[in-house]
Amino acid sequence: MLYREAGDFKTSYVADSQTFPIAFDRYRYWAILAIAFLVIPFFINDYWANAIFVPFLIYAIAAIGLNILTGYCGQVSLGTGGFMAVGAYACYKLMTSFPDVSIVIHIILAGGITAAVGAAFGLPSLRIKGFYLAVATLAAQFFLVWLFNKVSWFYNYSASGQINAPERFVAGVAVTGPNTAPWAQYMICLVFLTVCAILARNLTRGTIGRSWMAIRDMDIAAEIIGVNPLKAKLTAFAVSSFFIGISGALFFAVYLGAVEVGEAFGIQKSFLVLFMIIIGGLGSIFGSFAGAAFLVLLPVALKVIGVDVLGWPTDLVAHLNLVIVGALIMFFLIKEPHGLAQLWRLAKEKLRLWPFPY
Amino acid sequence: MKMKTLAAMALGATMAAAPAMAELVIPDLSYRTGPYAAGGAPFSDGYQDYFALLNARDGGIGGEPVRIVECETGYNTEKGVECYESTKGEGALIYQPLSTGITYQLIPKATADQIPIHTMGYGRTSAANGEVFNWVFNYPANYWDAASVAVNYLLEENSGDLSGKKIALVYHNSAYGKEPIRTLEALSEMHGFELSQLAVDHPGQEQKSQWLQIRRERPDYVLMWGWGVMNQVAVQEAANIGFPMENFIGNWWAGAEHDVTPAGEAANGYKSLNMNRVVDYPVLAEIQSLVHDAGNAAGDGSNLGSVLYVRGMYAAMLAAEAIAKAQEIHGVSDVTPAMVRDGMAALEITEARMAEMGMAGIGPEFAVSCQNHGGSGQGLVQQWNASAGVWEPLTDFISPDKSVIEPLIAEDSAAFASENNITPGCL
Repeated sequence: MLYREAGDFKTSYVADSQTFPIAFDRYRYWAILAIAFLVIPFFINDYWANAIFVPFLIYAIAAIGLNILTGYCGQVSLGTGGFMAVGAYACYKLMTSFPDVSIVIHIILAGGITAAVGAAFGLPSLRIKGFYLAVATLAAQFFLVWLFNKVSWFYNYSASGQINAPERFVAGVAVTGPNTAPWAQYMICLVFLTVCAILARNLTRGTIGRSWMAIRDMDIAAEIIGVNPLKAKLTAFAVSSFFIGISGALFFAVYLGAVEVGEAFGIQKSFLVLFMIIIGGLGSIFGSFAGAAFLVLLPVALKVIGVDVLGWPTDLVAHLNLVIVGALIMFFLIKEPHGLAQLWRLAKEKLRLWPFPY
Repeated sequence: MKMKTLAAMALGATMAAAPAMAELVIPDLSYRTGPYAAGGAPFSDGYQDYFALLNARDGGIGGEPVRIVECETGYNTEKGVECYESTKGEGALIYQPLSTGITYQLIPKATADQIPIHTMGYGRTSAANGEVFNWVFNYPANYWDAASVAVNYLLEENSGDLSGKKIALVYHNSAYGKEPIRTLEALSEMHGFELSQLAVDHPGQEQKSQWLQIRRERPDYVLMWGWGVMNQVAVQEAANIGFPMENFIGNWWAGAEHDVTPAGEAANGYKSLNMNRVVDYPVLAEIQSLVHDAGNAAGDGSNLGSVLYVRGMYAAMLAAEAIAKAQEIHGVSDVTPAMVRDGMAALEITEARMAEMGMAGIGPEFAVSCQNHGGSGQGLVQQWNASAGVWEPLTDFISPDKSVIEPLIAEDSAAFASENNITPGCL
């Protein structure tokens, strides 16, 4: 009913291979971008920015990063929290060492540093897979957190071991520090997310993405047809860590402003991002968005409904949140391993064939 | 689907944020879930019950009823930020997050929003310098005071000489646990004791290696900066290696009933600091009759009179006194956060006032000023009596060595001021 595809013909290869070949999808994509860039910034307040939009945008970047590694290349990683910490601490060291350089450059460089660290920790993936690789990345998680706690150079020898984001500006507008306007926080995260998502989408559609997927689907067969596993796996680790590093830098600098490594980037963070891509959908960019939105919105929605509307005790609602997330993960793993993205894909197919879906 | 959820939430948020006129709104960022719930729940119960008592007995503070907005943080900084943002719009007068990590998040935010924070015996120690931290208060005492009080107590035990003694610090590997290190290092240099540091990672269930090291090094005393499940495990481990309990001293967040009861008889003699004396105050009977018996108890009502319950009640009393002071200074009953800040900066707690409120001697006498947000810094030492199941105050309030702490506070707050372009001064 929504999709009216009659007459939507492609006359060139470029038109045929564009990101959204269906006209309706394309209009919707532009409409969402227009709302995100031109409407929300004018209405956003502190609460909406800090409780919903900024964490959603940042986790979406992290989820895209992990999805490239786990969803597209099939390498299970439990080191996301550690890699986010690398991004955050790299950003902090750059911000404090080179205060005159733009924060945007620092965030991108933090992503680059994380990519290098990620590629280094990805080396074992050439020899081990599955559970064993998960354990190796788990080691990365614990090692990195330990490192940032132990070596005081990383936190500039502050007494508490916390890192605090100093105030930085983009085009004269503060984007970090306590005096940041909510729209500025939102916009910098949105710009990074948009660029990252377009980048990720096009990487996964191209040669490199296809080699990742070949490795994921069957690494021996991929090797036989000429995919270089060394290159494919290491690029997956590097690209994935690049995105995760950017999300870690934004998480520290723009969202929280002060971070303690064990608490902010512990193993729970790794699991949270992993749950996002499991619920959202492995191997799908849209799934990364859906999963991040779901897991950011769920506790807030539960709190609003449970505590503010129904007046339940706060601890009951907090426990209920854990129960629901746990149950949903089991549900998705058993019933729909491809997550919300697959549900959406099926719904879309039915809508395209409407009124005679099969 | 997403838009629908957002719309539903917008509806919920507007319902929740509907302005309530002429009420004193006090958010309670509590945690009743997670590994720190054992400490968070009694504190929050005491905090809420005291305001409920004021509402039931006096009709609030200065005739204005108090409305508590509870928000569950789980001791998690992200949720703490969300709680802060969701409650500040309701006219929150004062924040007490009961978490050093969340405090570090809130200091810049609350300063920008001009809402006072009271971090009683936790948070950022250098906030005691009120000229730099205009909106942050940590009276009656802070971590550096606690470190100094513990060392002063040990000095007293050893007739003034700690040279050559070995003291181990077991600490929660976070901003909270790392806070006292700087002071203890300065004190170890001054008094000639040897300090060894043993970090315990969040949440603190795994401490075998730390206690093996203690068994090997045989320190004369062990100090502990622990919280949540870490305390219970540490007391148990100390008992397991046969460390003499009377030489094991926790700070004031490592000295509640639930920290020692799991170890049973073995915990007998364990000491801890406390910033508030725990005895059977008359006010507790009032809470029992006016709040609990009326069915308005916060939580399950089982924590009445426990160490952290009394501390929560003490925190609420200090907040209520500050609000009353603000009403007195500004001559209005419906105060704003900025007025409450003025009340906090002019707060004076005397023995007579504490006795009048039915909690004689609960804390030290102290006065806050624009320059000094830290109070007297005094703390006492209490000891666990396992057979009676009570914490017995062992000493009177001990004063910290301000000559050590004040230069450290000046140094740390000056660093913060220069980092954040703050010109120190009174508001």
